[in-house]
Amino acid sequence: MKVQVRYFASLREALGAAEAVEVPEGSTLRGLRDLLRQRSPQHASALGSERAVRCALDQRLCSEDVPLSEGAEVAFFPPVTGG
Amino acid sequence: MAARVSIRHADFDLSAELAELRAGDGGVGAVAAFVGTVRDHSQGQAIQRMELEHYPGMTEAAIETMIDAAMARFDIRAARVVHRVGVLEPLDQIVLVAVASAHRGQAFQACEFLMDYLKTQAPFWKKEGTGDGARWVDARASDDAALQRWGIASGNAG
Repeated sequence: MKVQVRYFASLREALGAAEAVEVPEGSTLRGLRDLLRQRSPQHASALGSERAVRCALDQRLCSEDVPLSEGAEVAFFPPVTGG
Repeated sequence: MAARVSIRHADFDLSAELAELRAGDGGVGAVAAFVGTVRDHSQGQAIQRMELEHYPGMTEAAIETMIDAAMARFDIRAARVVHRVGVLEPLDQIVLVAVASAHRGQAFQACEFLMDYLKTQAPFWKKEGTGDGARWVDARASDDAALQRWGIASGNAG
């Protein structure tokens, strides 16, 4: 199934604003992050497991345990710093 | 009634915002407001500019959810959040949280609650411009602790 991935802040600078990704049925956000790391050295670094990366599914903050569905909008970004 | 959330580059006028917040509501006896501004120094270095990025759509929805939570938790009559994005300069206003209620206690508390919530749960990112170039601002564990005082778990910085 296909999902849309968006990046913000330092991740956007490293990886671009968005990309479409094909993931196996039943994948979670963690599975997607693992898959993305294999795309390029930049992905491997920016999405490395030692990095503080937060995520959202369909524009809501969530944990990486959440399962994905066809057409989902996923976002990865660093810890937020507004206010 | 004005929208409860405004994300924009344009500056805001505190007096005008507060007047609109309580317009026509004779039940309001207290208005509390917090204004966040851009400091001209950070980590011992002069700041020349501050760039704010956000996640359009999610930002507004997240803050609407926070205001719903504040309305449910506190006895308040109205709330409004204005957050600026784009390139700002030192001394500029960044954020406004304003709350109206019958008595001061609930307005003070709800204002602080909303600000604590926003710091760790709304998708904004700050980038500071210094003489040595630009750097993304690090999240603070103390902001997670501030939200946890209200009984809401937060692992943004951690």
